[in-house]
Amino acid sequence: MNIHEYQAKEIFAKYGVPVPKGKVAFSVEEAVENAKELGGKIWVVKAQIHAGGRGLGGGVKLAKSIDEVRELATEILGMTLVTHQTGPEGKLVQKIYIEEGADIADELYLGVVLDRAKEMPVIMASTEGGMEIEKVASQTPEKIVKVAVDPTIGFQGFHGRKLAFGLGLPKEQVGKFIKFAAALYKVYMENDASLIEINPLVKTGAGDFIALDGKMGFDDSALGRHPDIEAMRDLSEEDPAEREAGEFGLSYVKLDGNVGCMVNGAGLAMGTMDTINYVGGTPANFLDVGGTASAETVAKGFEIILRDPNVKSIFVNIFGGIVRCDRIANGILEATKLVDVHVPVVVRLDGTNAPEAAQILKNANIKNVITATDLGDGAQKAVAAAKGE
Amino acid sequence: MSILVDKDTKVIVQGFTGKEGTFHAGQCIDYGTQIVGGVTPNKGGQVHLGKPVFNTVQEAVAATGATVSMIFVPPAFVGDAVMEAADAGIDLAVIITEGAPVRDMMMAKAYAVKNNMKTIGPNCPGVITAEECKIGIMPGMVFKKGNVGLISKSGTLTYEGANQVCNVGYGITTAVGIGGDPIIGLSYIQLLTMFEADPQTEAIVMIGEIGGDLEIQAAEFIKDNVSKPVVAFIAGQTAPKGKRMGHAGAIISGSAGTAAEKMAALEAAGVAVVKSPAEIGKKVKEVLSK
Repeated sequence: MNIHEYQAKEIFAKYGVPVPKGKVAFSVEEAVENAKELGGKIWVVKAQIHAGGRGLGGGVKLAKSIDEVRELATEILGMTLVTHQTGPEGKLVQKIYIEEGADIADELYLGVVLDRAKEMPVIMASTEGGMEIEKVASQTPEKIVKVAVDPTIGFQGFHGRKLAFGLGLPKEQVGKFIKFAAALYKVYMENDASLIEINPLVKTGAGDFIALDGKMGFDDSALGRHPDIEAMRDLSEEDPAEREAGEFGLSYVKLDGNVGCMVNGAGLAMGTMDTINYVGGTPANFLDVGGTASAETVAKGFEIILRDPNVKSIFVNIFGGIVRCDRIANGILEATKLVDVHVPVVVRLDGTNAPEAAQILKNANIKNVITATDLGDGAQKAVAAAKGE
Repeated sequence: MSILVDKDTKVIVQGFTGKEGTFHAGQCIDYGTQIVGGVTPNKGGQVHLGKPVFNTVQEAVAATGATVSMIFVPPAFVGDAVMEAADAGIDLAVIITEGAPVRDMMMAKAYAVKNNMKTIGPNCPGVITAEECKIGIMPGMVFKKGNVGLISKSGTLTYEGANQVCNVGYGITTAVGIGGDPIIGLSYIQLLTMFEADPQTEAIVMIGEIGGDLEIQAAEFIKDNVSKPVVAFIAGQTAPKGKRMGHAGAIISGSAGTAAEKMAALEAAGVAVVKSPAEIGKKVKEVLSK
């Protein structure tokens, strides 16, 4: 789960990570009120969407008067912001953050992420703030300092020194930076974050460090113990079809092809997409029905897949281990009664009780249902059906 | 021969009396696995599925001599359960539970390593030595005895791969589902080492997926250390960037973790890489008939 910049900064502030003063607004009037309340002479108006690259897309702008705050808020609220992370369709801006201006002397980068090879969190810092970190990593990897923190000992002074001296900070700033990094590590661990990025982390004219931006992602498996964070979920930022699928225990991702897929298991679901591609077709989606597929979930799966007008055929590929194939076969029968399945459905059921399942489908004799003997056969039949062959 | 487990392996079940634990422990017993007892706190002294129930892993190990634990406890308690197994001197913990918090697994794995306990999973189908010992949730009848070792991040692709190997006339020594979470126990390199040393295993099937770089590390290892033929498939060639594909670990971030990158590394290491899992059986037959 991801959250907005203003929410990440709320969490940062709780842990003593310095952030500029700011307030979120849902309307132009509120934005103006916020600016007046913050005071000062410069304000930053920032679109709040779950995607990076907001500045380049025109979603972050500087105002030098209250009138300008009003103008910019009017412009940004309700705009469809397109960045390199939103896709060409962009994202609707429904809230903005009004923040006090910062005195920027230098821009750095600081992030915390799980290093899967080392099996511990790694803190990454760079003097190249404001740039995409992936670009820095590929073009000038020597400008990134990485320090892995063994979670069983936690963040120690030496971790901080490796970061601060690695960045070449002057000695009067070393202590401040270490304190900043230590606080951020605490934010990461105590909140079960999966990612934190501050880009840029600003060094002010006075030599202080402040998080000018904030991005946080969380481990979905740990949300149960963080009701405060779960409450920050912004459903309007999530794909409605993916969300609806999730409510039924299905895992769905829409793609651009025309062969719908319904599969048990994430790996086999990806393998099925790859096989459709391999035999000359294009998958319309990733859909994992999970380990407890019932008539209801199968029906829901059909419904979600068929909502995509590109879908010309559906490949149901189940390797029954725990899921018994006869149950899936009955699920398909039930589903065809609940949902109007108007495209050909190729069904491959293998594993536990596969012969019984084949018999059930054969006896039912539903139009549009084509049976397949194995994965390759099924993929070929589904691709042919999508082409109208 | 086989790796990790065989017909003499003594197994306890943590989370024995729960719904999942009960169903799958029963299936394992039917398969012939020596399930010698289980652990459910506050239910010590009871008998479940004809086996004794203990309050702690320590008591279970003392009474039964078990060396392996199969773990079904709910996600929020998995970290604790794994550490308890390590503390009690268990050699191998097979963690089936899905949805364990990453932080908990990070801590539990570190403690397991410190105590010399191997782990498999979490969020995996488990390990099976064909026709001898099944510790996990896989459909046993798919795995016929033979000479091919199998390592897979994905559960259902483990079954698909094994089924194809058996359908072309070969069989499985041991199959290990290592799981697709960000933090996992035994991984390709350790298991490749074991299969390389196992005289019964003549070829190895390795199934990976997008995300992380375990397959890249495996490719480097295979180049210098594995003499047996390896057939590999990487799931997710058609997966979009930045989207989580079911498994928490299956996500392409930036340019890292793509299927193309992993397939190229494996091919460069001399591995027979197939583009579709439907080709696994055929390719195994090809490398074994050489």
